[in-house]
Amino acid sequence: MNAPTMEIPAAAMAISAGEPKAADTAAASNRFLVLEHHPENGTLLGFWLYLMSDCLIFACLFACYAVLGRSYAAGPSGADLFDLPVVAINTSLLLLSSITYGFAMLAMQRKRMQSTLVWLAITGLFGAGFLYLELSEFTHLIQEGAGPGRSAFLSAFFTLVGTHGLHVTFGLIWLVTLMVQLGQTGFTPANRRRLQCLSLFWHFLDVVWIGVFTFVYLMGVLP
Amino acid sequence: MFDHVDLTKLIFGRLTLEAIPYQEPILQITFAMVALGGLTVFALMTWFRAWGPFWRDWVTSIDHKKIGIMYIVLALVMLLRGFADALMMRAQQAMSFGDQAGFLPPHHYDQIFTAHGVIMIFFVAMPLVTGLMNFVVPLQIGARDVAFPFLNNFSFWMTTCGAMLTMASLFVGEFARTGWLAYPPLSGIAASPDVGVDYYIWSLQIAGVGTLLSGINLIATIVKMRAPGMTMMRMPVFTWTALCTNVLIVAAFPVLTAVLGLLSLDRYFGTAFFSNDLGGNAMMYVNLIWIWGHPEVYILVLPVFGIFSEIVSTFSSKRLFGYSSMVYATVVITLLSYLVWLHHFFTMGSGASVNSFFGITTMIISIPTGAKIFNWLFTMYRGRIRFEVPMLWTIGFMITFVIGGMTGVLLAVPSADFVLHNSLFLIAHFHNVIIGGVVFGCFAGITYWFPKAFGYKLDAFWGKCAFWFWFIGFYFAFMPLYVLGLMGVTRRLSHFEDPTLQIWFVIAAIGAGLIALGIGSFLIGMVVSYRNREALRDLTGDPWGGRTLEWSTSSPPPAYNFAFTPRVHDTDAWADMKAAGYVRPLTGFVPIHMPKNTAAGFLISVLSAVFGFAAIWHMWLIAGLSFVTLLAAAIIHTFNYARDYYIPADEVVSTENERTRLLGTQG
Repeated sequence: MNAPTMEIPAAAMAISAGEPKAADTAAASNRFLVLEHHPENGTLLGFWLYLMSDCLIFACLFACYAVLGRSYAAGPSGADLFDLPVVAINTSLLLLSSITYGFAMLAMQRKRMQSTLVWLAITGLFGAGFLYLELSEFTHLIQEGAGPGRSAFLSAFFTLVGTHGLHVTFGLIWLVTLMVQLGQTGFTPANRRRLQCLSLFWHFLDVVWIGVFTFVYLMGVLP
Repeated sequence: MFDHVDLTKLIFGRLTLEAIPYQEPILQITFAMVALGGLTVFALMTWFRAWGPFWRDWVTSIDHKKIGIMYIVLALVMLLRGFADALMMRAQQAMSFGDQAGFLPPHHYDQIFTAHGVIMIFFVAMPLVTGLMNFVVPLQIGARDVAFPFLNNFSFWMTTCGAMLTMASLFVGEFARTGWLAYPPLSGIAASPDVGVDYYIWSLQIAGVGTLLSGINLIATIVKMRAPGMTMMRMPVFTWTALCTNVLIVAAFPVLTAVLGLLSLDRYFGTAFFSNDLGGNAMMYVNLIWIWGHPEVYILVLPVFGIFSEIVSTFSSKRLFGYSSMVYATVVITLLSYLVWLHHFFTMGSGASVNSFFGITTMIISIPTGAKIFNWLFTMYRGRIRFEVPMLWTIGFMITFVIGGMTGVLLAVPSADFVLHNSLFLIAHFHNVIIGGVVFGCFAGITYWFPKAFGYKLDAFWGKCAFWFWFIGFYFAFMPLYVLGLMGVTRRLSHFEDPTLQIWFVIAAIGAGLIALGIGSFLIGMVVSYRNREALRDLTGDPWGGRTLEWSTSSPPPAYNFAFTPRVHDTDAWADMKAAGYVRPLTGFVPIHMPKNTAAGFLISVLSAVFGFAAIWHMWLIAGLSFVTLLAAAIIHTFNYARDYYIPADEVVSTENERTRLLGTQG
């Protein structure tokens, strides 16, 4: 259950039954909580669990890449295809977007709506730039005849990198939605919680990307 | 240029009238029965004006108790379908010898054994277990609902929509002919170009989302929402097993999602993950699917161990023997279940050292499981045992499961497995543990918690009939398969040449008939109990002399479960309260904070099913539209902030006063 976001209506507080008697009230016993019990909110734990399950999907894709990453089927290899300077720019865009998201969270802590929104917008722009570069890399590869159906290596490459890109896309949709909601309802507890969840998600994608960058691109260009 | 765009193709994809199998008599009869049943239900619902209440109180409900009940109803309906498949297979194998071809052509038979496996695991066993956890866990830990009530409703409808897609394959197109795990290259696009495997993929993907979310939900519930005083080592054993099961779900189902995703990429986009050419590796599929698949069997059986623990201790009127060893055994099984997956394919040539490792880890699992069996026996030892129906199922389980466990250890020896792999011995083994464990356990659990859910007990006579038919029927149906397996008969065959084998298949078919009587008795028992509900009524809320918190509230529990959140001082909280001369509080009620119903989960799930159906048939226009709508619906739902409300104190007072009155009439 979410933490209460509304006030308890005064009418609902009115207790109709008469004066409590000693023996039969909850107050008289150490067996009950007299006041309404509000368990700690579970959203952040739940979101962490979701992230770890997502992490397992990436683990499977990394494992596939580890198995198939050198199965070129007489086609091009990573050393032939990868353009490391572009990937370096791409990586810095994503890493910078994590920093700017951090600034957005700091602004949220200080309850500064305008600057939160600005930092979120900058984060979104970095994310969009990342996606643009990734998509242009993909179209370039496909035009060269190195599409996902060319070899098991390219299948694993496109799926791993593409799944990460898909996550960034959903992150962007979420980011825009959340900016609208912040504008509409302000820093309510629900919105602050959502910002925290998106923050976790965004940094998680960063961590996964560091794996992709190292494991797929850097090690891929090795002979 | 534009006259090349085929509008029919865009809308209907590869769905044509030929996809509807109206020429097959078996399917005609089935369709007629389903249509008749559907029309009857529709007419009755309309006649009794039940649509409004059904929508308000059930479809949109986020009450964990109602969702739990709906899961179990789904499972029982799907059990009938899955069992019909089983009867057809048993009948076919009993008659298809020599010149007799039986009544099922191989094309149809292959779909039936695939559908049987998929339905029984994903849409019978999983919803049974999830339903029981959903209903019982919040009550056992003294909570008002689960951590994410909306997600709970959404999970249920995703599971149901997955089941509906599987059912749709019966009448529109066909189901996979690959076996329940759809190994490539057989499930690849070259060998299976039709829609069967796509039905398989999309049903499981949609249901899988539901299962994963419900796993996250229940973990968060158990970790965050326990009543004050209930430390981890004071949790009821069923809650412990539910926790471990849900950890397994969260750690295993993403692998299934990933591997089915890769299979669909191979089928839809021509990638080369599991292909024979271009460097693909089909073994990777087999590894990945069993990294999900082995934990899956523990996902099913762990909660059932919890159910038996509750029942043994209740009906022996004793505290459970070895509570902490039970907890540790559960946790050890949870961990070990990840270290054994390779025993499903010893014969695929991993080499002696790898096979030995997985053989040994597999055998080690029998140690914590054996500890559990001894704990149950020691709980019964010198207990005041009441042989009520749940206890009968429990004893039947202990006998049957031990036999299944022993044949499991036998199969865990790699060299023996080279003889027995893919034989009927294996089929007998896993039915031995799944029927003897999961099915018996879920029937025990349903009988045990039924009075909690509906306020009256199930009829004991028909319950005993159900138990004995199932129990004896199981031995008739599966012991012959052990014999046949040792003689070298392999699984999934629809025809045999050697007439000396026939007698064993006939005995097995008789066993399936006995199990059919067991299922019939269970259903009759439901009807009889409903008709005699006044005589079977329980007003105390504690009909069995229970020991855990769910028995401290009324039957059925009020929407808020507990008027006051209990404080817990001991492992068996309710037994402790009763022993301490507990007095039910009658005054001082306060408003209770509860989540609000919502239709969002149902709508998003239906949209997912439409998307899945469109993707199966390559209806790209509808697929695109439904996906965009799906996304929009999910976003719109996030704009709804008014998700909770307070039950006014007045209402709590009147509910509790009514209970006081009923308890008074009890005397």
